[in-house]
Amino acid sequence: MFFIGGAAAVMMRLHLIEPAGALVQPETYNKLFTMHGVVMVFFFLIPSIPATLGNFLVPMMIGARDLAFPRLNLLSWYVYITGAAFTLYALISGGVDTGWTFYTPLSSHYLNTHVITTALGVFITGFSSILTGLNFIVTIHKMRAPGMTWKRMPLFLWSIYAASVIFVLATPVLAIALFLVGLERIFHVGIFDPAIGGDPVLFQHLFWFYSHPAVYIMILPGMGVVSELVTCFSKKKPFGYIFIAYSSLAIAVFSFLVWGHHLFVSSQSVYAGFISSALSFALAIPSAIKVFNWTATLYKGSISYQAPMLYALGFIGLFTMGGLTGLFLASLATGVHLHDTYFVIAHFHYIMVGGAVMAYLGGIHFWWPKITGRLYHDGWARFAALVIFVGFNLTFFPQYMLGYLGMPRRYAVYPAEFQVLDVMSSAGASHTRRRLLDSIRLSSLVHPLWTRSRIESLERERPGMGDAIAASHR
Amino acid sequence: MSESAASSPLAAPSARHLSPALHHQFEDIEQQRDAGNFGMWVFLATEMLFFGGVFTGYIMYRSLYYPGFAAGSHGLEVNLGAAMTFVLLASSFTMAMAVHAARAGRRGMLLGLLFATILLGIAFLGMKFTEYSHKWHEQMVPGLNFHPSLTELRGAPEHAVELFLCFYFFMTGLHALHMIIGIGLLSVMAILAWRGRISCEHYNRVEVSGLYWHFVDIIWIYLFPLLYLIGGRYK
Amino acid sequence: MNEENPSVETYIVVFVALLILAALTTGIAYINLGTLNTVVALAIAAVKMSLVGLFFMHLWYSRGLTRIVVLAGFFWLALMVLFTLADVFSRSWIKPPGP
Repeated sequence: MFFIGGAAAVMMRLHLIEPAGALVQPETYNKLFTMHGVVMVFFFLIPSIPATLGNFLVPMMIGARDLAFPRLNLLSWYVYITGAAFTLYALISGGVDTGWTFYTPLSSHYLNTHVITTALGVFITGFSSILTGLNFIVTIHKMRAPGMTWKRMPLFLWSIYAASVIFVLATPVLAIALFLVGLERIFHVGIFDPAIGGDPVLFQHLFWFYSHPAVYIMILPGMGVVSELVTCFSKKKPFGYIFIAYSSLAIAVFSFLVWGHHLFVSSQSVYAGFISSALSFALAIPSAIKVFNWTATLYKGSISYQAPMLYALGFIGLFTMGGLTGLFLASLATGVHLHDTYFVIAHFHYIMVGGAVMAYLGGIHFWWPKITGRLYHDGWARFAALVIFVGFNLTFFPQYMLGYLGMPRRYAVYPAEFQVLDVMSSAGASHTRRRLLDSIRLSSLVHPLWTRSRIESLERERPGMGDAIAASHR
Repeated sequence: MSESAASSPLAAPSARHLSPALHHQFEDIEQQRDAGNFGMWVFLATEMLFFGGVFTGYIMYRSLYYPGFAAGSHGLEVNLGAAMTFVLLASSFTMAMAVHAARAGRRGMLLGLLFATILLGIAFLGMKFTEYSHKWHEQMVPGLNFHPSLTELRGAPEHAVELFLCFYFFMTGLHALHMIIGIGLLSVMAILAWRGRISCEHYNRVEVSGLYWHFVDIIWIYLFPLLYLIGGRYK
Repeated sequence: MNEENPSVETYIVVFVALLILAALTTGIAYINLGTLNTVVALAIAAVKMSLVGLFFMHLWYSRGLTRIVVLAGFFWLALMVLFTLADVFSRSWIKPPGP
């Protein structure tokens, strides 16, 4: 799914090399960005770390034999595949052009594309998320080995736990919102229908009640991975363990309070705008606590720059940039100016790609030997990490400037004066994508034939690589 | 750290109390039951938010279009609604008793009570169906068949009544869907009990299904006053 | 977990109480109390829910963790309702400038 989403993104960037659009029709462009959003958000970012690393590491890190409900876990995998099948069907049979947000009444009354199929796909996949989150919560609460108290749990588990809370409490609201959109399409009447006095903004409320916390579903596990990586590769105890742990929970709770900042220009009342703006600033505090603590962990550590650590350092830098530009968007005045511009695009890609994907790649590299018993090629992996970092910045940094200058998102054409920056961004995108492929293929998949003794020495080199006992002794 | 090292997870399995009903990932049956119950409660919290989305919309529109909601509510048959409430409360009672019987290991009683619960649930759905068909004949189904007469509107704007009926059908429909799932779940439990797969040690499945059933009951406890009793029934 | 469980008598008492409350809420709808009608109906619903939750679902006998899950559910529900309504009802406080 990641590759489908990525392909859509590259098509878009190639299209935007020319101001008038180089490659595809505007309708196709709309379908491309929708597919990119839907696939990346619901089918890659949200399940990426919990489903791969989480399912593998959670039982191991708390010293349990398995998750509490292994069959439920298997079910959630089948559910995910079913949801993905629906979405792929929509993609193949004509595509959707609502944007990944499915805003009404555009989605419910005006478009003739496969909204129902896609919404159904997302709806079904939502259950997969819920079941996974439920499984983690129960496992962490009920199945910790004797002596594995909350305060001794690896930080990864704290963040997975916080993300699971969001999974469980937010996803159903998205499900019901999409359900209602689907019904409205089928029956041509519904509660978001302005013709009978319905309020389309209600859909946005329900949607963002899920989707803002969902951002933290994506980034929290990434933060957990980075906490582990930074600790391991600086050969120190995590600085301020308790603060990192509790800030995960604080993020989970606060994330539900700020969705109003997505509605600044959606005829939301200005008073609600004030409140969500102020609360959004509050949400920056726990995130900043984490960054400070990571930095303090690095301080005077004996740092080894292996590939996972490079990803982790990339994460910290990019996440900080993404987070700080988030504050621009959270403040009401600049937020209105920058709303729906490329500044927003750049902001959330710094968080999502610079944050979640970097952490995901770092985590995969870090635990790859633990999972497969084989080692990747460290030289290539380091090279790939650096190239991704450069390519990523080349892609998205110009978008900050574009957005600040006023280029709106989701347009297939743009004024000629933006061309230089757009070409830079497109060049970066194709570059990143090629390197991303390279990195995954070369570093992880083609070079598994390293000897077993190498792995054993690795165990000494990286204490606590997912082992419950070692981790609790840290 | 020393005492935790002594009882490390690797040492624990040797002391396990082994039971055929115990799944491999749990230490003992108590932990398994605990995890099962806790899992269902977490799921119910999810369900709460799921219904919560519609309830949020309901509260919002009810305060915006109160006359239309009151008029729509007066078009519903309050006696039928009350009867459904009684049936559902009775089913909740038989369900609670079924869990009690399962814990006591009384298979015959458990089967009878599960059967009674299923029958009451089907009776509820039958009444629901009757009500839906009445609505259809009154031409009060939004989207498919909505041509209200002036008496049915009771002086309220037509669009607000339609909005109320949207909520009526969404909320009761969603509830009915959960009832159907619940009946399916209880049927599975009945089959398991019939085959003797529910013991007094291993009755967690019945307990968890019971939690779900009670939750669906609670949703109806709110739907009844929210849909049928808006603005009272006094003349 | 719940060492003590409710007895059959408890179940019967709770069931009878629920039936009485259901009859009560229907009956009260026919008496004119003004806005209090809604308040009373919802209060009765809350009592009924508590009875089902505490006794049929054994919350009365269960540990803190389960109760926290229930409270968390309510808390998040309240957040959703509160923030949505905060927007909807404050929209009309300020009129947009213009003719």
